[in-house]
Amino acid sequence: MSAGAPPRLWPRLGLALLVTLAVVPFLPKWAAFLVTLALAKGLVALGLLLLMRTGLVSFGQGLYYGIGAYAAGMGASALELGDAVPLVLLGATAAGLVALLLGLLLARYRTIFFAMLSLAFSMIFYGLLVKTSALGSTDGFNVAARSTFGLPTTSPVGRFGVYGLGALVVFVGAASLDRYLRSHLGRLAPAIRDNELRVEYMGASVRNVVHLHLVLAAVLAGAGGALTALAVGHVDPETTYWTTSGEFVFVAILSGTGSVAAPFVGALLLELLRSFAYEHAPNTWQLVVGASMLAVILFLPEGLWSVFRRRRRAA
Amino acid sequence: MRPWSRSLAATAVLSTLLLAGAAVAQAPAPAAEVKPFKIGVVTFLSGGAAGPFGVPARNAAEVVVEALNGGKLPAPHAAKGLGGRAIEVVFIDEAGGPTTQVAEYRNLVQRQNVDAVIGYISSGDCLAVAPVAEELKKLTLLFDCGTPRIFEEGTYRYVFRTAPHATLDNVAAALYVTETMPKTRKVAGINQNYAWGQDSWTDFEASMKVLRPDVQITTSQMPKLGAGQYGAEISALMSGSPDIVHSSFWGGDLDAFVLQAAPRGLFKKSVAVFTAGETAMYKLAGQIPDGTIIGARGANGVYAPDNALNGWFRTAYTDRYSLPPVYPSYRMAQAILGLKAAYEKAQAGGAAPDQDKIIAALEGLTFESPSGTVKMALGKGHQAVSEAVYGTVKNVKGKITFVNVKRYPAEKVLPPEGVKSADWIKSSLKK
Repeated sequence: MSAGAPPRLWPRLGLALLVTLAVVPFLPKWAAFLVTLALAKGLVALGLLLLMRTGLVSFGQGLYYGIGAYAAGMGASALELGDAVPLVLLGATAAGLVALLLGLLLARYRTIFFAMLSLAFSMIFYGLLVKTSALGSTDGFNVAARSTFGLPTTSPVGRFGVYGLGALVVFVGAASLDRYLRSHLGRLAPAIRDNELRVEYMGASVRNVVHLHLVLAAVLAGAGGALTALAVGHVDPETTYWTTSGEFVFVAILSGTGSVAAPFVGALLLELLRSFAYEHAPNTWQLVVGASMLAVILFLPEGLWSVFRRRRRAA
Repeated sequence: MRPWSRSLAATAVLSTLLLAGAAVAQAPAPAAEVKPFKIGVVTFLSGGAAGPFGVPARNAAEVVVEALNGGKLPAPHAAKGLGGRAIEVVFIDEAGGPTTQVAEYRNLVQRQNVDAVIGYISSGDCLAVAPVAEELKKLTLLFDCGTPRIFEEGTYRYVFRTAPHATLDNVAAALYVTETMPKTRKVAGINQNYAWGQDSWTDFEASMKVLRPDVQITTSQMPKLGAGQYGAEISALMSGSPDIVHSSFWGGDLDAFVLQAAPRGLFKKSVAVFTAGETAMYKLAGQIPDGTIIGARGANGVYAPDNALNGWFRTAYTDRYSLPPVYPSYRMAQAILGLKAAYEKAQAGGAAPDQDKIIAALEGLTFESPSGTVKMALGKGHQAVSEAVYGTVKNVKGKITFVNVKRYPAEKVLPPEGVKSADWIKSSLKK
């Protein structure tokens, strides 16, 4: 990003939201579901983007994703919340609160120590869930929202409720994060990545900023987890397993940290890639996904988003 | 247009084109006279469950469907395909967990337009897919997963399970131990710490306590799934000198446990009961000791009855894959033949039946499979019951035969309609 601040992104994100909402009746039904999953997983990757800009890679975002999913699931069954909106809020809040607590410890660590510690917390949660037969152990349990914004899921519009809610949450999340990244605090992120000592000399508290970013990333991951739980209709401990956390890092690297829109493009492409690979190469789909990842790292080291940037430079 | 918006617009256009293109590519071709009946088959093709379960099940699907299309099965399944209609199969890997499987299920139904789905070994996948099958109104036959929760906690119209649930395995194991080893006093268990292992031990422990109130549980070891090293667990098991050791281990874990426990003499002190041990009996033929009690989750594999259908299945499968079929193979064959029986009943000599007619025919149906007669008796006609079989290994220089084989009718090892398994074991289980 050279020559001054890039223009604000929210009007274009708003346009993208409207397009996303407008195309849904024309999308094939399976695609609408994949887009919903991509929006939810993209939210988690969006949180990772914030952390990566701060110089941190978390291999444990599955913790907050899982907490979001389980909070939504338990909110629906134990608290009998029937609407998707409070369930997503519940998921995001629960994940944020956990990050607020864990951040007291995590915010002191960097690089590989931070990555391993975050991984450890997510695997502790996984272990707890697996041992809890009241929550179905590894089998998990079903989650069903009866309505979204009061529209019953059986109505023609309510059927797309989780999809629409996902798009809205993504718009709010991406636009706010974009706004935040332009604020004074937000601009500290790359500064912390480059040189923490200088940031401290400037009078800012690195630990507080890192702590705040951990919580923001967790809130996004929690909302993503709750949305996934509602879209899939089921929660299980796989959501907190390290391979799930790894998938989010995969999406974040695939997308690049160039823009808050990047994680959603990356997540959608990955979902499409995986799903067609499952269909056309049921025995070798891992090879297809792995080779694509390798190609992106080799030819687009700054992620998929760099395609747009390169073209712009050439123009 | 400014650069940012241009790139965003480009992304939006690109994604829409990609999706629309995919939709066009997947649109069904104009119907010929009668299209083949398309079945989506979902089973593990990668990961730890592929070797013992997933691949033998896929192999069975290939053998049975190919033979059905050629009309090579013995009676009562001699008709070609489904009542003369050819069968087409698409395979999907079950790896990736419930979230991925729900997405892939939707793709099978909405993108590949399958007429029915047969699949799922993992109980988590079954639980997640069942409500989606209801939502999409697509006939779905669960062929292997064990958890009784599916039809005990829910009621489904479009979902069936053509094999009995896991309560049978552990109740029958307890009955078998009580009958053949009346002196059993001390019991231990080693099960993987996930839903299958926990449920298996819970059912077995409860059954033993009902059948032999004086039984003493020396220890219940719960190593994690895929642990591979069982030194500490074997010591804990041996220190209590139990009469029997119950285990629902499978796959690499079972191999590792047998290989590590045998040299330490665990099987000389205690009799092992492997409820799902049949899948490992060919690979571990040299290591499984005399006297081990082995189950095949129903009358499958070596316990399958001696009839024409089983004779054909064993020969056809063994000829093609050079290993005999194991219980997941039998359960896959059972699901396909259950669908065939329902289809042909619904057809009744007339035109190709629609899905509602097939469902009506499958509810409460009794049909023949290589494992004998199967009844869709529980879960309002959606959950199969069949007999349970256990036997004791006689190992002569690596050649395994079974002695003391006992068969238990379904009503002795499964609860009646409307009663939950856990409650039934406590209240009504009898010797």
